[in-house]
Amino acid sequence: MLEVKDAVVRYGAITALHGISFSVERGEIVTLLGANGAGKSTTLRMLSGLHAPASGQILFEGRDISATKAHDFAALGISHVPEGRRIFPQMSVEENLEMGAFTRRDSVTEDMGRMYETFPILKERRKQLGSNLSGGEQQMLAIARALMAQPKLLLLDEPSMGLAPMIVETIFAIIGDIRSSGTTVLVVEQNASQALRLADRGYVMENGRIAFSDAASTLLHDERVRAVYLGESVES
Amino acid sequence: MRAFLERRSLRRLLITLGVVATVELMTGPPGSNQAPTSGFSGSFGESASFFGLFRTQRWVTFFAVALVLWGLTNFWMANGARVRQRTNLVVSRPRELSQRGPVRWGFALVLLVVALLLPHIETAAFWESAMVTYIAIYILLAIGLNVVVGFAGLLDLGYVAFYAIGAYTTAWVTGALPTPALFHHPLNPFWAIPIAIVIVMIAGVILGAPTLRLRGDYLAIVTLGFGEIVTIFANNLYGITGGSLGTKPIPHPSIHLGPLKYVWGLTPVPYYYLTLAFVVLFLVVFSLLERSRIGRAWTAIREDEVAAESVGINPLKFKVMAFAIGAASAGFAGVVTASADTYIFPSSFTLQFSINILVLVILGGMGSIAGVVLGAIIIQTIQAYLTHSPPAGYQAQDLYIYLGALLITMMIFRPAGLLPSRRRKREIALSEVSHEGHLDEVLTGDDT
Repeated sequence: MLEVKDAVVRYGAITALHGISFSVERGEIVTLLGANGAGKSTTLRMLSGLHAPASGQILFEGRDISATKAHDFAALGISHVPEGRRIFPQMSVEENLEMGAFTRRDSVTEDMGRMYETFPILKERRKQLGSNLSGGEQQMLAIARALMAQPKLLLLDEPSMGLAPMIVETIFAIIGDIRSSGTTVLVVEQNASQALRLADRGYVMENGRIAFSDAASTLLHDERVRAVYLGESVES
Repeated sequence: MRAFLERRSLRRLLITLGVVATVELMTGPPGSNQAPTSGFSGSFGESASFFGLFRTQRWVTFFAVALVLWGLTNFWMANGARVRQRTNLVVSRPRELSQRGPVRWGFALVLLVVALLLPHIETAAFWESAMVTYIAIYILLAIGLNVVVGFAGLLDLGYVAFYAIGAYTTAWVTGALPTPALFHHPLNPFWAIPIAIVIVMIAGVILGAPTLRLRGDYLAIVTLGFGEIVTIFANNLYGITGGSLGTKPIPHPSIHLGPLKYVWGLTPVPYYYLTLAFVVLFLVVFSLLERSRIGRAWTAIREDEVAAESVGINPLKFKVMAFAIGAASAGFAGVVTASADTYIFPSSFTLQFSINILVLVILGGMGSIAGVVLGAIIIQTIQAYLTHSPPAGYQAQDLYIYLGALLITMMIFRPAGLLPSRRRKREIALSEVSHEGHLDEVLTGDDT
């Protein structure tokens, strides 16, 4: 479904990604892991059109999208849940969801009902302003808003950031449900054990490269993952 | 009554006294070498007429004005606290708001009837022309700038450029410029209306497309430059604009449609009705736009541009749209000014003019159409009144002292404007909650 081939991303003279390649198949949950500065966020910026690759290709359903602009991604079927949630603070929960469906021309009431089923707390708070929600509720709202565009692929950037462990459990359970209902998920995470328990496959990044990859269940017990987080170098 | 004796209320009294005392000093007599304190004692001790109504010591009027302002702010604050309580956690849905729709439409209709009858109620020659040149034109400009500043959140300091382009386009199509007319023979100024609106919107796109990639302060500076460029061009392109001497006479518009024949002349009332018709048209279009998909995109961009992009909004496209749409009403205002005044000069299109319009928008309430109209009516009526029958000792530039004092007072007590938009009111209420440490009370008060 999504295939990245030898993508190089540069910030001026600095090369952040040295030709990374990975793929996400339809119906999978794939996770990108790595310590701070490994290039996870840059990869997601590239995948949401915020920073075009200097060379290499991004193929989505066989189409090259490496030059596509950020605001055209939603219409392609790729929705991005940005780092730090970035909900619209002065809009109500309901208005936030409506904004999520901005690119759609059909009726959204049915989908809105489905979101309220998945996230009952959002229904309770649907008239409240985004800025008045707790961190966990905001994360749910950010995910629900992204789903309102009916994406084929959902990109999640650090969904566990700054949340209490119990909330993180809930959020990850919901991500599992999202996949079950047919949406492919790519999640970038620092919280490796949590992400690997959920995902099918994982890629581990180090210094702007994919260091190694494997099935999530294998990676969960791989010493090298721990090493990467502790800053030790890994031979791939 | 107890509300008046609270610490916060007493603090407001001190601020009001300070602000009014400053105004009093600034408008008072100058000091002199022989009597260093004469400026001070004159400012408060001298007897002066109060807007020609009665004569009294200056300190009496000063004290009275301060007390009235203080009372008003206390009333507003109490009101604001109620709004805060209501908006804290539960926010009324847009749909609930629209149930008040019939009331709003009824109110608008009453206002329209009043506006239609106004020239028959107030028949003084000065006010008949002031209703057009001081008020109606400024309403058009204020609601147009409100689209850019209030809806899309873009600070435009060169809005006068669009007004100037509208006026010069009128001169161009009617053959009043040294350069040949647009279609080689002069047209009725009526044709200038659609042509000017289209040209001004194109100017909006031309200015917007390259500059709207900038944000905040940078955008403000570039738009300021654009305003200056247009004025400087008008001043220096003698062969095209007539330079600082202005244009040749611009004819009045006229209608010759079969049996319908009418010529607008020097009397202002027909212009009043023409302008009123377009004010209503722009008001309807702009309020429909605000509630449309486009309006929601503007709100999203204003609140979080990255998030807006992630849901599929192209920020540049919608910002350019705001520029072009906001410019349209200024273009029309330019046509009316040009054909009613019959001459235009570059000196009318200054930076000060752009700032004046911005003041109307800020005082009325950014993003609120009703507020902006009210702001324009109040400020421009005061200005017209002061010009027409100035109180003793009043000089034209004193206006800016009054406006400045009003603006400062407003920013302290009612930062969102006279009639703030629903969303802006919430923004202010929320920021006050977080600043005054009432958050706990709020969270426990209504957490159901």
